[in-house]
Amino acid sequence: MNASAAPHKLIKGATGDWEVVIGLEVHAQVTSNSKLFSGASTAFGGDPNSHVSLVDAAMPGMLPVINAACVRQAVRTGLGLNAKINLRSVFDRKNYFYPDSPQGYQISQYKSPIVGEGEVVLELDGGRSVTVGIERLHLEQDAGKLLHDQSPTMSYVDLNRCGVALMEIVSKPDIRDAEQAKAYVTKLRSILRYLGTCDGDMEKGSLRADVNVSVRKPGGPLGTRCEIKNMNSVNFIGQAIEYEARRQIEIIEDGGVIDQETRLFDPNKGETRSMRSKEEAHDYRYFPDPDLLPLEFSQAFVDELKADLPELPDQKKSRFITGFGLSSYDASVLVAERESADFYETVLSGLADKARDGKLAANWVINELFGRLNKESRDIAASPVSAEQLGAIVGLIGEGTISGKIAKDLFEIVWQEGGDPRALVEARGMKQVTDLGAIEKVVDDIIATNPDKVAQAKAKPQLVSWFVGQVMKSSGGKANPQAVNDLLKSKLGI
Amino acid sequence: MTDLTSMTIAEARQGLASKSFTALELTEAHLAAIEAARMLNAYVLPTPDRAREMAKDADAKIAKGEGGPLAGIPLGIKDLFATRDIRTTACSKILGNFIPPYESTVTSQLWRDGAVLLGKLNNDEFAMGSSNETSCFGPVTNPWRRGGSNTALVPGGSSGGSASAVAALLCMGATATDTGGSIRQPAAFTATVGIKPTYGRCSRWGIVAFASSLDQAGPIARSTRDAAILMRSMAGHDPKDTTSVDIAVPDYEAAIGKSVKGMKIGIPKEYRLDGMPAEIEKLWSQGAEWLKAAGAELVEVSLPHTKYALPAYYIVAPAEASSNLARYDGVRYGLREPGKNIIEMYENSRAEGFGDEVRRRVMIGTYVLSAGYYDAYYLRAQKVRTLIKKDFEDCFAKGVHAILTPATPSAAFGVGEKGADPVEMYLNDIFTVTVNMAGLPGIAVPSGMDAQGLPLGLQLIGRPFDEETLFSLGAVIEQAAGHFTPPKWW
Repeated sequence: MNASAAPHKLIKGATGDWEVVIGLEVHAQVTSNSKLFSGASTAFGGDPNSHVSLVDAAMPGMLPVINAACVRQAVRTGLGLNAKINLRSVFDRKNYFYPDSPQGYQISQYKSPIVGEGEVVLELDGGRSVTVGIERLHLEQDAGKLLHDQSPTMSYVDLNRCGVALMEIVSKPDIRDAEQAKAYVTKLRSILRYLGTCDGDMEKGSLRADVNVSVRKPGGPLGTRCEIKNMNSVNFIGQAIEYEARRQIEIIEDGGVIDQETRLFDPNKGETRSMRSKEEAHDYRYFPDPDLLPLEFSQAFVDELKADLPELPDQKKSRFITGFGLSSYDASVLVAERESADFYETVLSGLADKARDGKLAANWVINELFGRLNKESRDIAASPVSAEQLGAIVGLIGEGTISGKIAKDLFEIVWQEGGDPRALVEARGMKQVTDLGAIEKVVDDIIATNPDKVAQAKAKPQLVSWFVGQVMKSSGGKANPQAVNDLLKSKLGI
Repeated sequence: MTDLTSMTIAEARQGLASKSFTALELTEAHLAAIEAARMLNAYVLPTPDRAREMAKDADAKIAKGEGGPLAGIPLGIKDLFATRDIRTTACSKILGNFIPPYESTVTSQLWRDGAVLLGKLNNDEFAMGSSNETSCFGPVTNPWRRGGSNTALVPGGSSGGSASAVAALLCMGATATDTGGSIRQPAAFTATVGIKPTYGRCSRWGIVAFASSLDQAGPIARSTRDAAILMRSMAGHDPKDTTSVDIAVPDYEAAIGKSVKGMKIGIPKEYRLDGMPAEIEKLWSQGAEWLKAAGAELVEVSLPHTKYALPAYYIVAPAEASSNLARYDGVRYGLREPGKNIIEMYENSRAEGFGDEVRRRVMIGTYVLSAGYYDAYYLRAQKVRTLIKKDFEDCFAKGVHAILTPATPSAAFGVGEKGADPVEMYLNDIFTVTVNMAGLPGIAVPSGMDAQGLPLGLQLIGRPFDEETLFSLGAVIEQAAGHFTPPKWW
């Protein structure tokens, strides 16, 4: 894989450099109206046990029926990961006792997943890119939730989430440092959100990751791995990897060995701690679920879904670069979130000349708008300036009606008061003065009253900018800077 | 009123149509019979109120000319079928007083067609057993007794309550389920007709699961015609069971009396067991002669993997059962035995709730699925299953229409006679499990008596979804062998 060839961070230990080897299992909740094998609602936040069917509660004699919408979502996700779609897959039972799993088993896919190998390309700082292989994607049931704080003697169980479809997306161990791991989760989340197959809401638990970490001498044999369970924040994933890698290096350098185990990350302490050892691992007794036939569909079904896929971040990025002359960095920033890309595209749609002003629009979205939103900790959905309004502002600059400087004032007015930018420019006399006669008068005045500056400028032409500034000032910023510049140069003979 | 209980469904249908008696009278006659036969322990829960209500409803519909194909026919329901608002236990303590808020697909189709629910019938706990002795409600007594003996005999299992009730005239027909022979073996032990349809013919939705890939519902009745009538209502595709098959349900009754001339009947040599009682051997030959006399052609066939079927079955079925029964954990319904933590609560509840045979199979199933044993047991058993299926396919590919075998290796045995060695009990299924492993239809038809006056049955195995041929052939045997009714002693 490219991953091992790409530059990545090594960790310095007492015995030299160490390389971290990371693989992730991401559990992404499928966006669907009903559960994977029952008709119960998947809506978040209902009263406890209000979205539970007889199947979810594992009543005697109840049978699972596969939800075709979840199958479509899994196939679409597989296509978005450039992965092999398996036209035949099998559901297995993973047997274990726990009150959050009423059946006494989770229906999952073990040996024959719905999606096989694929890949995700990560862009890292400095224009580096890394390809992370996808091992597989399979469908499985989510578990319910235990509530331990409702009674002093009992635990309660809420089965609303029980049976909701999850996609478990397993990466190959191609990731080499915390930065790559964070970029991987971010990119995966972005792809899922573009596809609309998972809302990616990590706070609500819609996207969770188990992180496998091991360390080795660069290029050496793989070390023993530890699995850090149930991470629900990109930053915590980074912190957990850093901590866990150092913990393992210390143990090995002190002559110890790593025990293969499952660990938990404590965000308060910034540490991982042991949850259960390999010896305590469950024997899940996987076997094909006899209640369900193998899942089979045709290539035509896949092709149809493929034809309907939305534009994904990588494709969108290259279209932004080639279509509007955006830098790779700017394009990456815009496509990272579907909402920002959509916002940018709406700004573009308000422009008369997209090819000319696309880059300008990107600058405004990224620097002015995102900068301001960040400063005020606002989400793009809550932006006081709409994409349509920003499009109008950029259009006014592009067509030369207002200058960039005036545009900033206009942006501020729209941010504070709202309104139609074009109407505001008219009403408040913010139009740029392009009337050469009017500008010429101002230029002549300034040249006449500053003979010493004129002499200096003739000797050193860069000083023309002093004159430009004076003209702009006395025109209240409304003079067209290019016209002022041209006029001054000809009058001064430079 | 006794006359009303001794009719066949076909006869009762006639009588109801001609207003010779009402559905309520028919039901009352059966309720009285049930009351008088409590000692057989066939019913674990008679439902007289529900029965009268449904019978009155049937009478009203019949009067309006809107009676369905089973209008007013009183039936018993194996306690494995969920019945809405009526206790359903699978005859296990672990389900306690479980009252389902839903109705199984098969029973709801029977009610749709006008049938009347008389009550819930006894069975082996979770359908695990061949004698109906593992039920938490105690064993069922076979209405048949050895000549001159008062020894209580088992009706077979797991559908022992169904078979006993049908034979003793405590219902006109009954639902049953068959995972390894649980319809056909008790039918053979009680001189009733029992058919296990092709896997996928009846919906499994709402039937307490034993082994999902083998379980199939079917009727037990007093004639092939009655079984055919019940089958038509029970069968059909159900979107709630993805293993049910979307094939139109034929008029099975039309197959009764149809000529079997020219049909090729396979006699599998591997079913000729060492030490098989001469009576069984004789019965088998007799059955073949009857079919030949009706114009069928007999051919010897080979099903070479037969001897592996029983061991493979006793891996596959417990494996699935160990997982299917995991839901009985004391958390949401049924029996809960407290413990100091969740694990102890599970252990106490399951130890208290499951009987010995169920626990044995859960343990066997857990073992054969365990890491390190899966390949040697479960996977190998599945391979055997594929080979068994192929044996039958090869046979049918050679033009064989159906296969004739004995239904059981012996007649009914005494209560408590075969408790000590579970394997001895498992051997009861030797002729029937292959059919479940291959997913094929199989019918058991009463064919004669042994020297002690106990009924014996023959089994016919058919091609997938060709139950009609089994009904035609079964009717030929029935015609030749005659009907058998146990003398009433209870």
